[in-house]
Amino acid sequence: MIRMKPVDVVIVGFGWTGAIMGIELADTGLNILALERGAYRDTSPDFSYPHNADELAYGIRGKLFQPLSRETVTIRHAVGDTAVPYRQYGSFLFGNNVGGAGIHWNGQHYRPSPEDLELHSHISKRYGAKFMPDDMQIQDYGLTYDELEPFLEQFEVLCGTSGRAGNINGEIKEGGNPFEGPRKRDYPTPPVADTYGARLFADAARALGMHPFPQPSDNASQPYTNPHGVRLGPCNLCGYCERFGCFMYSKASPQTTILPVLMRKPNFALRTHSHVTRINLDSTGKRATGVTYIDAQGRQVEQPADLVIVSAFQMHNVRLMLLSGIGTPYDPNTGKGVIGKNYAYQMMSSLGVFFDQDVAINPFIGAGSGGVQIVDDFNSDHFDHAAHGFVGGAYIYGGQTGGRPIQQLIVPPGTPGWGAAWKKAAKESYLHATTVATHGSVMSYRDRYLDLDPTYKDVFGQPLLRITFDWHDNEYKMSQFVTSRAQDIVRQMKPKATSLTLRKPGDHYDVRQYQTTHTTGGVIQGSSPETSALNRYQQSWDVHNVFVTGASAFPQNLGYNPTGLIGGLTYNSVKAIRENYLKNPGPLVQA
Amino acid sequence: MNTVASRRRGGGLLRVIVVLLGLVALAWLATRLFGHGGGDASASTAMPSPEQIEQGEYLARVGDCAACHTAPGGKPFAGGLPIASPVGTIYSSNITPDAATGIGHYTYGQFERAVRRGISAAGYTLYPAMPYPSYAKVSDQDIEALYAYFMHRVTPVTQANRAEDIAWPLSMRWPLTYWRWLFAPKVSPMQTAATGDAALARGQYLVEGLGHCGACHTPRAITLQEKALDPADGTTYLSGGESDHWIAPSLRGELASGLGSMSEEELVALLKSGRSERSAVFGGMSDVVTHSTQYVSDEDLAAIAHFLKSLAPAREEAALNDDQATHAALASGNVGKAGAQLYVDNCATCHRTDGHGYGQVYPALAGNPVLNGADPASVIRLVLHGGTVPAGRDAPTQFSMPAFRDRLSDQQVAQLLTFVRSSWGNRSGAVRADQIRALRHLPPAGQPLMTGYDPRAQQP
Repeated sequence: MIRMKPVDVVIVGFGWTGAIMGIELADTGLNILALERGAYRDTSPDFSYPHNADELAYGIRGKLFQPLSRETVTIRHAVGDTAVPYRQYGSFLFGNNVGGAGIHWNGQHYRPSPEDLELHSHISKRYGAKFMPDDMQIQDYGLTYDELEPFLEQFEVLCGTSGRAGNINGEIKEGGNPFEGPRKRDYPTPPVADTYGARLFADAARALGMHPFPQPSDNASQPYTNPHGVRLGPCNLCGYCERFGCFMYSKASPQTTILPVLMRKPNFALRTHSHVTRINLDSTGKRATGVTYIDAQGRQVEQPADLVIVSAFQMHNVRLMLLSGIGTPYDPNTGKGVIGKNYAYQMMSSLGVFFDQDVAINPFIGAGSGGVQIVDDFNSDHFDHAAHGFVGGAYIYGGQTGGRPIQQLIVPPGTPGWGAAWKKAAKESYLHATTVATHGSVMSYRDRYLDLDPTYKDVFGQPLLRITFDWHDNEYKMSQFVTSRAQDIVRQMKPKATSLTLRKPGDHYDVRQYQTTHTTGGVIQGSSPETSALNRYQQSWDVHNVFVTGASAFPQNLGYNPTGLIGGLTYNSVKAIRENYLKNPGPLVQA
Repeated sequence: MNTVASRRRGGGLLRVIVVLLGLVALAWLATRLFGHGGGDASASTAMPSPEQIEQGEYLARVGDCAACHTAPGGKPFAGGLPIASPVGTIYSSNITPDAATGIGHYTYGQFERAVRRGISAAGYTLYPAMPYPSYAKVSDQDIEALYAYFMHRVTPVTQANRAEDIAWPLSMRWPLTYWRWLFAPKVSPMQTAATGDAALARGQYLVEGLGHCGACHTPRAITLQEKALDPADGTTYLSGGESDHWIAPSLRGELASGLGSMSEEELVALLKSGRSERSAVFGGMSDVVTHSTQYVSDEDLAAIAHFLKSLAPAREEAALNDDQATHAALASGNVGKAGAQLYVDNCATCHRTDGHGYGQVYPALAGNPVLNGADPASVIRLVLHGGTVPAGRDAPTQFSMPAFRDRLSDQQVAQLLTFVRSSWGNRSGAVRADQIRALRHLPPAGQPLMTGYDPRAQQP
């Protein structure tokens, strides 16, 4: 075992939240070390045009993803089933290397709705506690939207988020999302121009009395310099966003917003190819002494540190807490314990919308998230759920993010899967088809959780994380309801043909199908150590010098993409560390 | 007859050789007898004040000492950077105050003689890679501050100087003394026109002296001296030069290929941050911004820009008009002009069909002086091998342009650059495939790194 010189702060995983923690702590003068299991990656040379626009290498073979042959997760549908390893990417995508999933994301940058952060209280108050099924285990975050608002804005200002405000200080703004929580000011940059498919969608939705608005996006609509002085270039809607690095410096990522400044700080260091296997605790088990990692040469290295930030991907955070013995593992039989609790995913449905030859959609014009229109009328608690009997919702989006040949080429229903008829249909519909989809929440349930697999191990011999997950009725109902509204819009668009993918009761969760990569929970935050692993500052209730960032803190999954909320929660956490914790290390909230 | 003639010829040759050797010996002797070169090698200075050391640090930035004396991945000022010269490779020297391997044993006088007169402590003439003909104009006060900085603030590093890779007889140092006698100016206080314009005088002092802008931007004679060292030498001064296969454009007022279309503010922005609303530095100038100009004060940068903008054009050129016919054609899908399709496929995403790029991100091609000079070498290199905007003051982002050498043939690059150099009102000559071929094998290999902070670039 090699023992390194102690540092003040060690950051485990160097993606979005690790980079935010790094830059926000750097000017305290503390010695900060980030450990990243992957390699260093940057716009140039790694995402250079035209090499980045290789759908086979990145989209299909997952060049930016964690190699599953070294470490993966196992999955089963129910307690009592035997879990099997996730051997090929499908349902969710693990980022790898510096920047993490912040490299290959699409850039959707949402804030939560105010009720999302106090969901249990809100639903109980509006519909009564009995509205929720017995096994639904949703909770509050331990902080309110108003408390989080400055931090949500801070993250938007970092990224130069493009969009149009719908609610500034309570005043509803034309053309924005009227359902959003009040914002102090408009988005840092105006929306990306709509693609044609998005325009058709928005016109149809408006005709039906809905409230379409441009999707808030971290695809820069114009050059933008953030408060660190880092500048982004404008998106050219190249169509290679999700699963790809951005060659235009347009998609906000740690590389395009933070690293040019952070990497030059003398009190910050990064060690790549350093895979953390454990957070070490002192003899009391109440204080972390640092971490142990395996370096590029396969050697075990002990890194002492006063403060440990766990900022890997959601699944890895949960696993590291379990492997380190911090907090009580969750038990689905008793509902007690916190680590691994409330795992959730998201549920989507989608419609292929096919027009005649006179409607030029030109799908190759597409940004990851910009240029798309959104209807948020049926998300969160934006509508009265009383008659519908489910909790949650989905936003509906219209437009396309690209026209890549392998993964984004859609053909009308009834077309054979291959052969001359498929080719003919593909040729005829390629330029004239767009997409409408719903992007919906998944609640947390007593029997949906994460723990360590009893059988399968990773390349270092440590147990894999095991997912126990399947759909519940609440989500089928939610998806059916919002999809019907999406179908209303699509009918109004007057297409030639429409295809539909919808998950119905009886359909099991299928890991081969990509929906969203947004997995949440397992180290959730809340207001009591009985029911959550972290306090409102993402500090471990059990070990006060361990903070755990990211979507592992979500008590249930919301209908939005998670990154905006993840960033806001991280800024909220690091402010508390800077202003309170460092002066007086100890629990920031008394249990 | 033949025998006699050949003997006579042989005897003649011998005589010529003897005479030549004698002349060479005399020439050598002259450099020993008269090669002192001025200055007082034994001169010393008082213990410096902290302010003087600070000032010296600033001046070392202005003089860009680190550009040559700090090797990539090496310790500051420890030398060892290889510098290609026509006779072979020379290596920059260790100028840290290490007594054994650096300049720790230098008196102030020896330091002054090296910097302003090109003479080492041992009495040799320095290779003129050291820009002492420019530094000859630096004031006593500034040389003293530099000495104070190098002796009292720079960390001594023990690193022996590396001998030059030059074969005998070219490796002999003494002939350099003649070069110095012929081409290095006398050390004397700078003469500036008495205009009463303090900024102009300050700018001239910085540009001609420590800034040594002429080292790259003034054309050199066959004997390698800069053809002009100040404006008094005529419009050749700063009228454009060449360095390490980069074309250093004219810094005079030519409307198309010089600074005629650039404002003082834009020049300041380029020097300070490496980028402006319509342009960006690249090639050899990247190092200058990285190590030097980003640290120069706003006031001094303004003075530099003010002086450069005072220089009359060396060539009469008509102003460029931003002709948007190219934009109209490309935007309507007309790619009939040779090179237009290549431009749309490879360049337009950043530089746009209107040739304007995006401010402080992707440089404009329309009206860019670099595209309107006679020699296209710099842009050929840029297209083939890519480039990275250096990080500057308050501008940490390093936008990179990819290398296109694996994607485009010589003929394609020639066609593309001919298109770019003749579109949006640009008007310069066609580029030929053989010009591309000649530069295809230059470094760097691979795609450009964002070298300012990418840990992979720190490996020496």
